Formats: sequence, C-alpha cells, structure tokens
Amino acid sequence: MSDSHTQKPDLVTQLLPIEFRSISFNKSGNRLINNLSLTINSLGITIILGPNGAGKSILLRLLHGLDKPDFGDILFKDIAANYAIKRKQAMVFQNAVMLRRSVKDNLAFVANLHASKQEPDLLALLDEVGLYDKQHMPARRLSGGEKQRLSLARALVAEPELLLLDEPTASLDPYSVQMIESLLTKLQRRNTKIIFITHDLNQARRLAEDVIFMHKGRLESFQSAEDFFKNPNSKFAEAFIEGKLIF
Amino acid sequence: MQIFSDSFTTAFFLIISGDPDLYEIIFLSIKVSLTSLLGSIIIGLPVGAFLAIHRFKMRSVLLSVLNALMGMPPVVVGLIVYLYLSRSGPLGFLNLLYSPTAMIIAQMLLVTPIIAALSAQIIEDLHIEYKDLFRSLNVSTSKAVVAYIIDARMSLLTVVLAGFGRAISEVGAVSIVGGNIDHLTRVMTTAIALETSKGNLSLALALGIILLTIALGINLLAAHAKNWVMEKQDV
Repeated sequence: MSDSHTQKPDLVTQLLPIEFRSISFNKSGNRLINNLSLTINSLGITIILGPNGAGKSILLRLLHGLDKPDFGDILFKDIAANYAIKRKQAMVFQNAVMLRRSVKDNLAFVANLHASKQEPDLLALLDEVGLYDKQHMPARRLSGGEKQRLSLARALVAEPELLLLDEPTASLDPYSVQMIESLLTKLQRRNTKIIFITHDLNQARRLAEDVIFMHKGRLESFQSAEDFFKNPNSKFAEAFIEGKLIF
Repeated sequence: MQIFSDSFTTAFFLIISGDPDLYEIIFLSIKVSLTSLLGSIIIGLPVGAFLAIHRFKMRSVLLSVLNALMGMPPVVVGLIVYLYLSRSGPLGFLNLLYSPTAMIIAQMLLVTPIIAALSAQIIEDLHIEYKDLFRSLNVSTSKAVVAYIIDARMSLLTVVLAGFGRAISEVGAVSIVGGNIDHLTRVMTTAIALETSKGNLSLALALGIILLTIALGINLLAAHAKNWVMEKQDV
C-alpha cells in the first residue's frame, strides 16, 4: 500500500465523533429503525451485532447516506453528512458487486473517479489482498472470498477515513476471513475508523473495541467489547451471546 | 424444387460476375441500413439509458409505448414519413421524398424503438446491480451511464444486431418513401419485391440468398467478436 495511506495521523478526527440523534427509519409501513441515539467516539473497530432483521444493515446504509432517516440526524463531528464527508467514507457490501471488467480494472475504475492512485498503488493494493497474480482475470470469475477481498481493496482505493463493512466475511473460507481480519486490523492501526457488521461472535471478540447490539430496530446495548461479553446490559444481548433464540 | 437450385446458381454467378447494378444495390442496402442503425443508436441508447436510470411519473407509459413501437408495421411508418415528406407535407420543402435520406429516416423510426426499449431493459438490470456501489463511490450519472454501456457492451451488441436485422430486411417503408428507383433508391428488398412481381422468381430468390448471406455474415462476425470478448473478459 502507498505511503500516503500509511501516514494520515489526524484524518480520522475529522469524522469522529459520529452521532446518531433520535434516528427513525420506516419502509413500506414498517419501522426498521426506532428512535436510535448513540455516539461513536472510539478509534478502534466498532462491531454491530444483532439477530436477522435487527436493522444493522439499514443503520450502516443510513450512516453511509444510501438511505435517509425519516426522523433524526446523523452528525460527523457535529456536521451533517455532506459531499465532502461522504467522499471520506467507503462501504463493502455483503454481496460483492463486481464490475464486468478485470480485477485490476475494478480498482482502476475507482482510481479514475478520485484520481488518487496510480497503477503501482493499485498493484500494491492487489498484492495486499492476495490478488496480484489474478490482476488480469475477469473479476466475476473470482471465488466468493476473492471477490470480497477485491471489494475491500476497491473500497480502499479512495483511502477512506471511515470504512463500513456489511458482513464481509459471511460464508467465506477461513483463509479469506483471516486475510480480511488482518487487513482490517492493519487499517485500524493506520487510523481508519471501521464499523463492521457480523454474526460471528468469535470474530467480534477478536476485533471489536466496542459493540453495538440491536434488536427489532432498537439500540439494546452500546458497550466496550470487554463489558459487552462479560456483562451485557441487555437481556436480549445476553441471550444472543448465549446462542439463544431472541423474540 | 428446380427453382431453388437455379437460384443458387444464379446467385453464385451474379456475385462472381461483378455485375455493377447488383453491387450498387448491395452497397446502397448496406449504406442505408448502417446509417439508419447509427442514427438509431445515437438516439435510442441515451433514451434507453435515461428510462433505465430515472424514475418519473410517465416512465412506465413511455416504456409501454416504446415496446408497442417495436412492432409497428413498416408500411405504416412508410406512410407517415411519406405524408411528412411529400410536397404538400410539413417537411415537403426539404425535397427528400424518393431519396436514400427518406429511406434512412423511415428505417430510423423502425429501429430506434428497438434500440431504446431493449437497451433500457439491459441497462436497468445493470443499474439495479450497481446502484448502491455507484452511490457509495459517488459516481456521477454521466459516468454511471458510460460504465453501464461499457459493462453491458455484449448484450447491447445483440440489440444492435437486432436493429440491423430489422433495417436490412425491411421493405414496406423503404418502397413507399424510396420508390424503388433504379440507380437511386433500389435496395435488395425492393429489388426482390420487384423481380417477384415481374414473375422473375429465380432472380428474386437469388437476390434473397445474397441478402441472407450478407445478414448471416454480419451476424457471424459479431458473434465471433462477442465470443472472443466473453472468453477474455467474462462479461
């Protein structure tokens, strides 16, 4: 990865704290996010946990500006999201969307938008996610794990200060999971703020500095990872950690 | 079935004889069809992309109209163009009736709805797949459209071939607005119709075989190019 990516000491402070103020979001008459308020201030990885239908992906989409809340505000260091703030974010989706081009051209597409990276930088990124040797291969022919790694590399082309990931390691082989986790840890050390949805409690234990737990569109718990796994302050979170069904 | 073997022989000798009249007809057919196809692409593709990406009140109505226009009878199109271009028509002052330009206009009216409606469907499918990614990357609409066209190029090539097929095989509209004038507006299809009406079935069928060969050759070339790109890029 380029030196520019390793040296951005204070960039993250431009987006933190991230504050959700009384957010509600409805779709087709259903309230998917219900009066949610929280402030994310940590530099570490924030993990969002919760059963299916809890509203985790919607929360990430609202944060990234893909959907707009019906009520409430999302503030980045007291400023509502604008184009400049959005340019500092990147998102990796659960289903990796591959442009119908080669692996390298998938990165080049983003590089051309931002004019931030040259070919050697893109090749370095591919090397970092273990896809250097497949740079000329059609992206759609990659395996699921490789696609997700390419998605992550593509998200990093624009050098985001805030990286949002929606279950990027779901259904991946252990090697891909390990590679993605290792890359996320490196990014976090380089001051990239990471917010990450997962269903894997062990992964949450490995990576999280703090944990957001959601249930039926509500914020049930927002604690440091240590507190969350030792003394969850929600009965639903406790049941979730114990692997029980939550209704 | 004697007529079929005679026709193949006639077609073969017509081609190798280098008959200037025949080649004039062939080249005019290809010129008119390719020009109308190019015009239809220039108009139809942006219209299709616009309908694929934007959501507005009359969108479904417009798509239904485009779909209906794909099956518009060529003679009706020919009649409409004729009425506009005839001396007493609103565009009569342009003196375009019975010219290759009139034939191109008529063919464009037939081909543009095909290009627009089919490309709208193809680009919409891609738009649904890419939409969130492009919004996440702050891709402008114009850059998104270019990306859709590049990434859907193989499917769009099939659309273009369908448009070319419609143009080169069309007879009703071009005979009305072109008049089938020898050395001016006579194309393959109108020549076939003329020879059939004269009872010269063998020559008509020979011309038909040549027309089919041209259409088949262009389609084979496109299919070869498509397979080559798909093999290389899996698009």
